[in-house]
Amino acid sequence: MAEAAAVPGGSLPHGQGSALRRMLANRRVVLGGAVLLFFALAAVFAPLIAPHDPVEQDLLLQYAPPVWADRAEPGYLFGTDNLGRDILSRLIYGAQIALFVAVTAAAAAGLLGTALGLLAGYLGGWVDTVISRLVEIWMAFPAVLLSIVLVAVMGTGLHSVIIAIAAIDWTRFCRVVRAETMAQKQQDYVASAVTVGLGRMHILWREILPNVLPLLIVLFTLEMGIAVIVEAILSYVNLSLASDFPTWGTMIADGRKYVNQAPWLMILPILCVIALVLALNALGDGLKDVLDPVMRK
Amino acid sequence: MSWSFLLRRLLLAIPTLFGVAAIVFVLLRVVPGDPIAMLIGPGATERDIAELRRLYGLDESIALQFVYYLQDLAGGNFGTSISMRQDVMELVLGRLPVTIELCLVAMLVAVGLGGAMAVAGAYWRGRPGEAAVDGAAGFILAIPDFLWALLFILFVVVFALDGLPISGRIGHDVGFRGATGFLLIESLLRLRFDAFGSVLLHTVLPAFALALPLAAIIARVLKTSIAEAMTQDYILMARVKGFSRARIVCREALRNALVPTVTLTGVQFTFLVGGTVLVEKIFSYPGIGNMAIDAVINRDLPLIQGLVLTFAVLFIAINLLVDMSYALLNPRMRHG
Amino acid sequence: MSAARIPPAGTPGGSILSVRNLHLAIAGRRRHTPILRDVSLDIAPGEVHGLVGESGAGKTMIGKVILGIQPSRARITGGSVLFDGADITHLSERERRRLMGRGLGLIPQDPMTSLNPAYRIGGQIADVLRLHLGMNRTAARARTLELLHDVHIREPERVLRQYPHELSGGMRQRVSIAIAFACRPKLIVADEPTTALDVTVQRQVLALIKQMQAQEGASILFVTHDLGVVAKICDRVTVLHGGRVLEAGDTRRIVEASQHEYTRALMAATPRHDRPGDLLQPVPETLTARLDEEALAYDAAYAAAGTHDG
Repeated sequence: MAEAAAVPGGSLPHGQGSALRRMLANRRVVLGGAVLLFFALAAVFAPLIAPHDPVEQDLLLQYAPPVWADRAEPGYLFGTDNLGRDILSRLIYGAQIALFVAVTAAAAAGLLGTALGLLAGYLGGWVDTVISRLVEIWMAFPAVLLSIVLVAVMGTGLHSVIIAIAAIDWTRFCRVVRAETMAQKQQDYVASAVTVGLGRMHILWREILPNVLPLLIVLFTLEMGIAVIVEAILSYVNLSLASDFPTWGTMIADGRKYVNQAPWLMILPILCVIALVLALNALGDGLKDVLDPVMRK
Repeated sequence: MSWSFLLRRLLLAIPTLFGVAAIVFVLLRVVPGDPIAMLIGPGATERDIAELRRLYGLDESIALQFVYYLQDLAGGNFGTSISMRQDVMELVLGRLPVTIELCLVAMLVAVGLGGAMAVAGAYWRGRPGEAAVDGAAGFILAIPDFLWALLFILFVVVFALDGLPISGRIGHDVGFRGATGFLLIESLLRLRFDAFGSVLLHTVLPAFALALPLAAIIARVLKTSIAEAMTQDYILMARVKGFSRARIVCREALRNALVPTVTLTGVQFTFLVGGTVLVEKIFSYPGIGNMAIDAVINRDLPLIQGLVLTFAVLFIAINLLVDMSYALLNPRMRHG
Repeated sequence: MSAARIPPAGTPGGSILSVRNLHLAIAGRRRHTPILRDVSLDIAPGEVHGLVGESGAGKTMIGKVILGIQPSRARITGGSVLFDGADITHLSERERRRLMGRGLGLIPQDPMTSLNPAYRIGGQIADVLRLHLGMNRTAARARTLELLHDVHIREPERVLRQYPHELSGGMRQRVSIAIAFACRPKLIVADEPTTALDVTVQRQVLALIKQMQAQEGASILFVTHDLGVVAKICDRVTVLHGGRVLEAGDTRRIVEASQHEYTRALMAATPRHDRPGDLLQPVPETLTARLDEEALAYDAAYAAAGTHDG
């Protein structure tokens, strides 16, 4: 491309401007990003926009239906739940938790998996054997059950959820980064770095990692989607946070209990999870399309 | 298929299983949190706790505990469930057939649905039909099995589809108690079609919830494999023979696309089995997945261990079966 | 206008196949690339017709158009292909399928990839018999054994149950020949049927094709780059270069006293079994360059004529 030619000897084949422009031209990136931004804004400004306190109970206002139904209660857009709590407010605060877990858990899984993947791919030999074997054993576990067991052992709470997701999903990063590192290792620029006499860690950190980075961004986005799901699962089985705390999974679990009396309790949190997960998947897939030519270089 | 290959795979499974056992053991003991805290009920005295520690060998050193644990496992002794006061092995084996039947039905659904989508997409290659298949597969895949399960329940409730049960495995009014846990197979063999119908109806929704993500993956991979096969010379030959496009896609190309599809999607079947944990819980379906969540909630340490190991054995067995089916489907491997 | 261009060919009415002024181009993003330019040829019943040219001459494409398996981007921009008196260039899928088997057959170039690796040999012969001749399982099996016997396969009972990968290249090509002749088609396109085979096997397969042709009485369009093979098996020859017919006639006349410079150059480039000591000379580049120019000039004239005609 023209930009690449304009940068003499630059290691980055594309300027940052052009990468951003290509991202904005990708429909999936824009759409996924927009939905993600919507949830992020809701999460950040939750105290300002939530019409009610998400944990405030009002037993006189149980099962108020949403506005589109008859007998709707004014001021409660999406109705109230079995304890008379405002569903809209709980959804907004639920976004906070969902996104917080998504970002931190994906980051933790990414850090662990990338570190091990880089080591296995670059060093090879017995390090690679040990790490690959570990990944294989890890894959023999049912991920959902393992996360539930982990949280049960560590005790409920957000930190347990995050640790559990990281402890299970590091393999996703590890496998891909390992393969990519092995491929990058064969490239000329690594060979030339070795002949110049740069240390192993230096080469890993300064030469290989930046080239694996586009891939990591994609994996991170997709892992965020998985984390949202796992958090919802753990709240569903009542292992994430105290049950009056508004997480989407808890809301779904409550909704399941009262699905016959008030089906709307379950619909909205499910739709929120699906919307956020679809958005993250679209963003991840779109980024893969945009960043792929860079990775292949 | 050579027996030495199979034997090698079987032997390779042993260290993996050993690793799984070790990790479960370590997880449940070394991770912060006293395992005994998971065992005691409210109101236990100091003496009760000490008694429990001794009973479960927790007063020994970790290394020694691990040795005992492995010895027990090798002897087929998974311990005694705390919440149910029954042998873990017995409990698990009692529920395992339920999950196996559910998974088999789900697999049939996934293969049928995914196969149909793939064939339709390949048949309508380059036309709107293909785009529709791709879009559907992408959408189905983005939503995990447990959300599908909940969506199905919502659907049944909102549209008042009373004919489709959303909890349990067999109707209460059907007086059928199988001698084995394989109710579907057994009711069919004993010609109890009312029981068969009831179990099947109870299985439809959980099976579809489990099957949808796998179906989408099969649709994608198989469609690509068929497209790849469609470029081969023998397809040209089939056209010259005068076969219809439907026959060429379904017979000539599909058959050759199966091998790569099985290798690429077989492992995904383990995800389906793992999904039973939540889906069974959501539909109150009495399999080992449902039991696992109850075991965690009841903090039933021996049962959790037994169940995690059972799932691991299932996963490894599936991988073995995938390798074997690969060999069976490929005539070159069969005779070579 | 095209009616005026039909040359007074020997017996157009008596031909089993008659290609008339065929023009074909590959559709590209911006322009069409011409592949066949005003190709005409006639094949009489029972005739073995050689179609000779170097790679890229368009000879395989002619075979594909006859069989209706040309790539989807190939556009027939003019002319017609008459099979048994009817144009077969724009058939529906159903009409085309009815034509195959009993009307047209193919002996493919590469027997290694032309048989379906997933099915046994017997089934791959029997399926055409059942489709086109409506045979039942037993009859199809009996006829399959007969066909395998005809193409000189030893132990046909055993080969019937084998998979393609268990057979040698020569064996597979014999199976392909059996499939091609299975429904007694009127015309078989043989697309370089010996190119992928060992030299010794080549000779046997060639003899087999000739024998089967004589036995079943089919016409054959024999596509090859090898004039030596043509001399052995063909009654008449059409020489093709750059998608144009340069010369056509009886094999003996073409081989022994060609009128066209290019045919003679091609002869000089072909190893001859009767004169093994001869040095082979490649076709001179000046000649091919001149022929290519002629082709381009023809394209321009054809395009101009097309626009004038409207």
